[in-house]
Amino acid sequence: MYRIEEIIISWFSELMKKIKGRHFLVAIPYGWVFVFFICPCLILIRISLAENLIASPPYTSLIEWISGYMLQIRINLGNYMVLFTDEMYIRGFATSILIAGTSTICCLLMGFPMAYAIARSSEKIRGILLMLVVLPFWTSFLIRVYAWIMLLSPCGFINNLLIRLNLIEAPLQLMNNSCAACIGIIYAYLPFMIFPLYSAIEKIDYTLMEAAYDLGSSPLKAFFSIVVPLAIPGIYAGSALVFVPAIGEFVIPELLGGAQTLTIGRLVWNEFFGNMSWPTAASLSIILLIFVVFPIVFAQRRREAKLSIVD
Amino acid sequence: MRFKWSNVVLFFGYLFLYFPLICIVIYSFNESRFVSTWTGFSFKWYKALISDPIILRATVTSLKVAGVSATASVILGTMAAIIIARWGAFPGNTLFLGAITAPLVMPEVVMGLSLLMLFVGMESFFGWPSRSGNITVIIAHITLTLSYVTLLVQARLQDLDNSIEEAALDLGASPLKVFFVITLPMIAPAIVLGWLLAFVLSLDDVVIASFVAGPGSTTLPMIVFSSLRFGISPEINALATILMTILSIAVIMSAVFIYKDGNIKNM
Repeated sequence: MYRIEEIIISWFSELMKKIKGRHFLVAIPYGWVFVFFICPCLILIRISLAENLIASPPYTSLIEWISGYMLQIRINLGNYMVLFTDEMYIRGFATSILIAGTSTICCLLMGFPMAYAIARSSEKIRGILLMLVVLPFWTSFLIRVYAWIMLLSPCGFINNLLIRLNLIEAPLQLMNNSCAACIGIIYAYLPFMIFPLYSAIEKIDYTLMEAAYDLGSSPLKAFFSIVVPLAIPGIYAGSALVFVPAIGEFVIPELLGGAQTLTIGRLVWNEFFGNMSWPTAASLSIILLIFVVFPIVFAQRRREAKLSIVD
Repeated sequence: MRFKWSNVVLFFGYLFLYFPLICIVIYSFNESRFVSTWTGFSFKWYKALISDPIILRATVTSLKVAGVSATASVILGTMAAIIIARWGAFPGNTLFLGAITAPLVMPEVVMGLSLLMLFVGMESFFGWPSRSGNITVIIAHITLTLSYVTLLVQARLQDLDNSIEEAALDLGASPLKVFFVITLPMIAPAIVLGWLLAFVLSLDDVVIASFVAGPGSTTLPMIVFSSLRFGISPEINALATILMTILSIAVIMSAVFIYKDGNIKNM
């Protein structure tokens, strides 16, 4: 026994000698990320496979010793099955994808002309124009959503204006529908679209455009056959940057979308806070993560393909 | 001809971006509770805001949480950035890089939910962190903002010429001294920007805080969110105007700071 202890102690002191300052430096952020990011993800997967229980914590454990010698592993796939059979969840997935997709396309249609105009503006004011795009992003997210509540609500600015101008008699229902949720998302994430588009468009060599004009191309044709194809990396990056946060968005559909715009984010929230069903909330989160990872991988692939062509 | 066209695009683009915010500022000075009528200029809602104890307490909580988490996030993020930018391949490097940048794309509900599940599990195992204090929100916000700070500092480090650091090491300076005398002053703009970004992100977050906050740590966005569920409120107009003023000044100042430093292209 004595020898084993000695070996352990010498081995340990040997190890302590090898560990230098830089190892501690590595250990701190590694440890943080492991404990507060990787562990929660593993716990999420684990709870998504448990059964709902009215207790604290409200889920069953997966591994159990039964009568002292039998190891029982119970994995419940029911939470996932429900998500693909219950109409409410399927409609939730569809709503999320529809809202995120529509907002991404609208952001692209609005962001592209803006990014192009900024890229073609004189170099002196370009910095200021770009900063003006980011400035609203630095104001609180909730305030930006609130601004649209103020504009769109039945007693809000737009309805008031229309009534004053005698264009309508009664206030229009502008808020509490999926269109309002889309407007909110476009407003909140437009800077994410403009920036990658700008950096792609800025790199374009404009002598190409001039050559196209000289050869008799119309401005519109030159734009669509030169600027748009060369801006494709920016289009993919910007679309991913808008689509990814939009699909998991909770605050905007909750405040602007009304009761019937049930996105995945809201379903997770309702399952957790409303139904106290941790396993269902966890499995919904896993599905949401898959929805998020998919466009990122797609955009990454496209970029890599593009780079390999360039090489 | 094309020049005019681009001006029109920019005009409508910036109108879309700024009109809603300008509306808030204007109506925060309206005496009436309703948007429909302008009854006169007043500071009534600002006074109501300042004398609201719930909002005041939540503001203090939010500022505390944001300050602590931004500072911790900058320290951790700088460490992570140095590891990524300078020391290259470590065991588990890819996983580390992935895990550190993943919160950028992680939906807030998923992050809040998974962190809460972790905290509940940890509390029942170790009795820590207790959800009665601010610590859970602080930890969650550090995890959220760490990725932004790391990426900012790491981008700056990669642009720097590390032969200066190597020269100092060759001349016998200790690694710590090299860091504080050479590296830190050079990455200072990125660190300041990272701190500011982390502070704003923390001050802005409502979803993650709603999941992990205990009864005593209600943050300002949580109060604003619950009052927004009931529609327009003139006090929120006043609050929004104050926040926007502070944030715009901070952003413009930091932009000037970075610009003066001659590093605007690197940001």
